[in-house]
Amino acid sequence: MSKVRLKIDGRDVEAEKGMTVLDAARRAGISIPALCHHEKLEPLGGCRLCMVEVEVRGSARLVVSCVYTVAEGLTVRTRSEKVDRIRKGIVELLLAHAPDSPQLAGFAREYGADRNRFEPEPSFCILCGLCVRYCAEVVGKHAVGFIDRGIRKEISFVPEIAAKECDACKACFPLCPTSYLQAAFVLTGSLVFPGGGESVRDR
Amino acid sequence: MDTASIDQIIDRHQGEASSLIQVLLEIQREYHWLPQAALREVGRKLKVPMARIQHVATFYKAFSVVPKGRHRVHVCVGTACHVRGAMRVLESVQDLSGIAPGETDLEHKFSLETVNCLGCCALGPVIEIDGKVHGNVTKAGIAGILGRYE
Repeated sequence: MSKVRLKIDGRDVEAEKGMTVLDAARRAGISIPALCHHEKLEPLGGCRLCMVEVEVRGSARLVVSCVYTVAEGLTVRTRSEKVDRIRKGIVELLLAHAPDSPQLAGFAREYGADRNRFEPEPSFCILCGLCVRYCAEVVGKHAVGFIDRGIRKEISFVPEIAAKECDACKACFPLCPTSYLQAAFVLTGSLVFPGGGESVRDR
Repeated sequence: MDTASIDQIIDRHQGEASSLIQVLLEIQREYHWLPQAALREVGRKLKVPMARIQHVATFYKAFSVVPKGRHRVHVCVGTACHVRGAMRVLESVQDLSGIAPGETDLEHKFSLETVNCLGCCALGPVIEIDGKVHGNVTKAGIAGILGRYE
């Protein structure tokens, strides 16, 4: 595989062609925050926390590093005043949805985000898609998916599949940055099997 | 819903998973909505997971996962129609059909929606039924228009 040379935070980094900026940085030991990234999964570009500044032929712009592929001679800044300000805003927006997420609380401390900047709108899910992609790409069961779009978008279990597969698996539970997933699972169980059927008996 | 007609639609697309949206559009056209049983059949024959079908079926406005009437009534409440009395027209449509915007009557005859502009403001107030535009609608004339649909 052919190599590409780029500069990340002033350091010369070598990466393979087709790699994303996020992977190249992490391999070089430079950390970029992300909530929707998982090494086994196709990138989604959902949480936008991995936003970095790249400079191509002298002009700087902001890109989402988990879906931006490396290029020869690229200059990347993973921390700059602009990047930090944008990450702070993103964390504040996500906190409005999931105020109690421990991962978000950590980012809030790091970027000085104010958890009360936006009116709380607890949907608890930040639509990172980790559960949806993990179930589809790694487990191959497609038991949970997205429904609707825009502000009404949410995750939803397919009851017929979830009832058969999920009790024995639950591989997606620890991936969820907000723990909403478990709540959605229990909710689906109690809607489909009111009074505690097979799928919710143990809880 | 009969499975035969669903199968026919799927076969017309050679059971290609990439034709998912076309298949759903044709089912939508035939039944005015996407019944769960039809979606399951589509998933089985096109080998597309249910989660993916639900994502697509709820993403596009052209699809409905709840039953819709045989005739789709759109009452324009855009600015031009509004000042020409769209609210009175809407009220009258609601009274005659017995349904509010977003609803479908029990006989599955009409589904009522409001829209923000149909692009023919000079004809306002406008209502559109099954794609046919009725302009300069008066409160008194609505019963006559709705009566033409079975």
